[in-house]
Amino acid sequence: MEQAPGSAEKGDLWLRCSYHLRFAFPPGAVFMNALLLQNLRKTYRNGFEALKGIDLEVAPGDFFALLGPNGAGKSTAIGIVSSLVTKTSGRVEVFGHDLDRNPEAVKGCIGLVPQEFNFNQWEPVAEIVVNQAGFYGIPRKQAWIKAERSLRQLELWDRRREQAVSLSGGMKRRLMIARALVHEPRLLILDEPTAGVDIEIRRSMWSFLTEINLRGTTIILTTHYLEEAESLCRNIAIINQGRIAEHSSMKRLLNQLHNQAFVLSIEQDLTRIDELGDYRWQRLDEHTLEVEVSRGQSINGLFQALAQRGLEVTSMRNKQNRLEQLFIGMLNASRRRDAQ
Amino acid sequence: MTRFTSYRIAFQTILTKEILRFCRIWIQTLLPPAITTALYFIIFGHLIGERIGEMDGVRYIDFIVPGLILMAVITNSYSNVVSSFFSSKYQRHVEELLISPVPNWVILSGYVGGGLARGVLVGIAVTAVSLLFSDLDIRSFGWTLAVFVLTSILFALAGFINAVYAKSFDDISIVPTFVLTPLTYLGGVFYSISMLPGFWQKISLANPVLYMVNAFRYGLLGVTDIPIGIALAIILLFIAGLTAFSLYLLNHGVGVKS
Repeated sequence: MEQAPGSAEKGDLWLRCSYHLRFAFPPGAVFMNALLLQNLRKTYRNGFEALKGIDLEVAPGDFFALLGPNGAGKSTAIGIVSSLVTKTSGRVEVFGHDLDRNPEAVKGCIGLVPQEFNFNQWEPVAEIVVNQAGFYGIPRKQAWIKAERSLRQLELWDRRREQAVSLSGGMKRRLMIARALVHEPRLLILDEPTAGVDIEIRRSMWSFLTEINLRGTTIILTTHYLEEAESLCRNIAIINQGRIAEHSSMKRLLNQLHNQAFVLSIEQDLTRIDELGDYRWQRLDEHTLEVEVSRGQSINGLFQALAQRGLEVTSMRNKQNRLEQLFIGMLNASRRRDAQ
Repeated sequence: MTRFTSYRIAFQTILTKEILRFCRIWIQTLLPPAITTALYFIIFGHLIGERIGEMDGVRYIDFIVPGLILMAVITNSYSNVVSSFFSSKYQRHVEELLISPVPNWVILSGYVGGGLARGVLVGIAVTAVSLLFSDLDIRSFGWTLAVFVLTSILFALAGFINAVYAKSFDDISIVPTFVLTPLTYLGGVFYSISMLPGFWQKISLANPVLYMVNAFRYGLLGVTDIPIGIALAIILLFIAGLTAFSLYLLNHGVGVKS
């Protein structure tokens, strides 16, 4: 499971392409979205309008990020798709199945990893997964085989006889993923799957999710860790106050950034430099420099400018996550629009 | 795989899960009714009953056997479903069922099946205890079994509705304490309603438990205070009404969906 998310992406281009062709364009079939939301609205009994008519399309095989601040409507949208919340109006389609007309077909396509633990904590780990398979009509013998595979993938097989309550927080999160995958869903929805999980487990979850996405499972991810969305997802929607504020590919979205700030560690003493060409910069301390690279400028140019001044870069990092920078900018713009 | 096979597997899964749940905690679920009933037999049947003599032409200890068995069945069928379904709401693992392609009638059948299974096991345990104190000579096995099963289903359904509406643990104990227990005690478990003054006899006829106890007593002893056809019709009517209402609640997501 230990593998950097990006490495699988580079190595398995053929697998990814063949997958897309297989699911996106099956012989004789018209194009079908993994998820389609049309004018989806939800008003709760207390009058709170959680969704104000959202439209969303997720292509088969996508790794899709659904982002937004707390209370934006992400969990409500996920709740409606997974039949935990009743919609007020609008249309939901999963792989061409309409939620109103054929809820069982929709449910059969989806695996859900919710935000909060929602299993019987007193049941043994394996039983939780096997029972879930049973709810999907998988016979018990076959359910055990699938549960074993699922639990082994998530490194929980050795704990199968223990009550779920005895697992650590990270293990419980992995148990929910194992449970969601036991019936081999075509669409996996993860609602903040790495919340409260340490960085090591988070990274191993990232590579596992990348792996199953490459094998063909469409994934929709909500998360507050924006670097997670940036490194895993190809497409993104930002939801704010019940409306879609942005819906595009991750690449196109990140291209919207006008400038990026980098923090560089420099081997030499920085007190002796007083200019850096066209780059806007500031000295953070004697060996640390913050530089802003605008859209027309290049990082190569920055390195050249530093080299010309006899400065050697020992390390470099983004001052702020790029997606985070955009996300905050968009939310502020959306709030300003609403205020007007 | 046919749709029917999927539903059957889902039903079996819910039922097995329910049976394992109450078997895991058998000290809380299966043992207490046997002990309580033994105490009833010792105190009411043996010590007090000997002074009472006969009721409706049978020994008092034999007269109370059907009521005591049915009382245990009613309480356990009800409390199994109410506590299990409310716990699944409280711990949110009811979501496992709501997101999966299990129709609501299968969910309901699974939970009611669990209540029935506990009712049957407790009924067997209590009957075994009663055999230590009385000589049971079953008049109609088919009738006894039918009333036994139907009553268990009826109260399992009632427990389900209670669990749907319950928002706290208090809510699942209010109905058993303030409704179910009085109805059962006043439902002719320990006495024949023919002993009551006319007015109270009429009031007693409004108690549905009376019909079940009498129908069951008829099956076991051949004595009853009320026509058994009416008793059976009332039980079936209640089952139909409660099933329809339970499905309505599930279809509308009452208590389980926002």
